[in-house]
Amino acid sequence: MFITVTFILLFILWVLFSGKFDLFHLTLGAISCAMVAKFCSGLLFQEKSRHLGRRLAEAGRFLLYLAWLLVQIVYANFHVIGLALSGRRLRRDLDPHIFHFKTVLRHNFSRFVLANSITLTPGTVTIRIHGDTLYIHAISKKAAGDLANQDSISEMERRVGHVFERHNLCFIADKDDQA
Amino acid sequence: MLDILVILCMAAGLFFFFGTTVGIIRFPDFYTRTHAAGKGDTLSVMLMLAGLALYNLHHLSLATLLVSGKIGIICVVVFIASPTATHAIMDAGYEAKVRSWSRPGAPKDPDDDGQDNSGEKL
Repeated sequence: MFITVTFILLFILWVLFSGKFDLFHLTLGAISCAMVAKFCSGLLFQEKSRHLGRRLAEAGRFLLYLAWLLVQIVYANFHVIGLALSGRRLRRDLDPHIFHFKTVLRHNFSRFVLANSITLTPGTVTIRIHGDTLYIHAISKKAAGDLANQDSISEMERRVGHVFERHNLCFIADKDDQA
Repeated sequence: MLDILVILCMAAGLFFFFGTTVGIIRFPDFYTRTHAAGKGDTLSVMLMLAGLALYNLHHLSLATLLVSGKIGIICVVVFIASPTATHAIMDAGYEAKVRSWSRPGAPKDPDDDGQDNSGEKL
């Protein structure tokens, strides 16, 4: 099952990159994709127990999340560039600091997505992850935004949780317990 | 019509590149400069590539569509690689205890991890 999905994904890439539609090239592509899919399908899909439909729904929600993230990136870019181009405001607003952020996300992959999203939005970088704690470097108080607020769940984390850990919606209660 | 869109994308990308470059020069320390260098790039590269992909679609055919698709894949790669590289550089700096600039009079970070930077020169 997963071998087939891997094969289809690989073959789409093959067609896109080769751009040739004659029988010879398509056959070559099919053969090599089949071989790679046979050997490497385990790399692409980690948990085999989950259903394909749920994965597809996850991918759809992830695309929506990406759209939201893109808007956030544009906003945050304006903030950082405004900081870079400003005169006196640079001295006033620039306040680099490192803070800890405890996440309630449980799976490695969603933590990875959260960390990369934090790094993608300018003004905050995830330096490292220790278990459930993210070390974040923020360039100003405004860039840190609601991540710096330990007591409530942050917007970005809530959205990542919504995409990947729907079954885990109790995590809001968890966060309140910790606070 | 398409030309206007292409020019808009390119101009916005150039503006963001300009901003990040100024940021690299003006920000005070290693960490803040990495901020400017690593991430303004993501958006500006994506805008530039989007402009290129659209410009490429002037003669709409299968070949140009494929090329635009490939440019889209470059966008995806940048989207993944850029934050990862930024993180790697920052983490290496943190590991090596590169001294960070902070506001004069700012409260000490609770998570300083006992890093002793007092002997280092700014």
